[in-house]
Amino acid sequence: MAKVKGTIVVDTETCKGCEVCIPVCPTNVIAMSAKVNSKGYNYMNLVGEDCTGCTNCAVVCPDGVITVYRVKV
Amino acid sequence: MNIEMIKPENLVYTKTKLMTDNALSYCPGCGHGTAHRIIMEVIDEMGIQEDTIGIAPVGCSVLAYEFMNIDMQEASHGRAPALATAVKRLWPDKYVFSYQGDGDLAAIGTAETIHACNRGENIVMIFINNGIYGMTGGQMAPTTLPNMKTATSPYGRDVKEMGHPLKMTELIAQLPGTYYVTRQAVHKPANVRKTKKAIRKAFELSKENVGVCFIEIVSNCNSGWKMRPNEANIWMEDNMFPFFPLGDIKVDGQLITK
Repeated sequence: MAKVKGTIVVDTETCKGCEVCIPVCPTNVIAMSAKVNSKGYNYMNLVGEDCTGCTNCAVVCPDGVITVYRVKV
Repeated sequence: MNIEMIKPENLVYTKTKLMTDNALSYCPGCGHGTAHRIIMEVIDEMGIQEDTIGIAPVGCSVLAYEFMNIDMQEASHGRAPALATAVKRLWPDKYVFSYQGDGDLAAIGTAETIHACNRGENIVMIFINNGIYGMTGGQMAPTTLPNMKTATSPYGRDVKEMGHPLKMTELIAQLPGTYYVTRQAVHKPANVRKTKKAIRKAFELSKENVGVCFIEIVSNCNSGWKMRPNEANIWMEDNMFPFFPLGDIKVDGQLITK
């Protein structure tokens, strides 16, 4: 089976910390940061190596803060 | 995070250029942002940025023109379908859509909505239904569910006293002027993708001048419902969807019988 690896880039300044992306991640690699951005929101970030670049998080993000990259390995 | 992966050739998803860089004025987790983005993605994919005119409503999405990088016009409260009618009749070749919430479309704008649908104007109408007046502080709206607590119905909506919720989408599906009527949601990836397909279909149909294409998006209002965004999405699945079932209601001018 061809494996895919993905990664996400988060615009931490625009993230409002709504956490909608967390339950939709099939590999549970998204978590909220303990840090806050300049507006005081905890932002989401990638915490594991298992991201597949499925785009689920980016598709549901109301503020469109997530950019997804994917490669076949 | 793997830094080597971040190259333009590996890019699979990013925010469309048709959304401006202004920070959205919506509460965290609000479905408006997702709805805005998928409409802009459809317009981007169809390559009709210069041929689309949007009509912004009054309500939470009153500043929609600040976020959508297309030509837009602000309408008076509830009058977006009337303004969309005028724009479409003056520019028959343009794609015209109205974007309204439930307080705008189903309360003050009921007459404009029903008559625009009945006249069969060739516009796309996007209706965001969250069952509450979100912008003004969570008061009861025409679409508020029975026994739902809001700022103006603190003991729950009593249908004997306050009337029944209005199923606007079923109502306008009965009218001969509507061609494609559907109800979707944007809280899960599968729903977002379905909604995007529905919006794409509506925009394509609006070019064929077949009548009103009406898309209701059942959305959350976590601030108005006093819940966290994910709790609000679960509450919406448990309570809103039984009353406002998702799916197509009218396709190709024919009502879907279940």
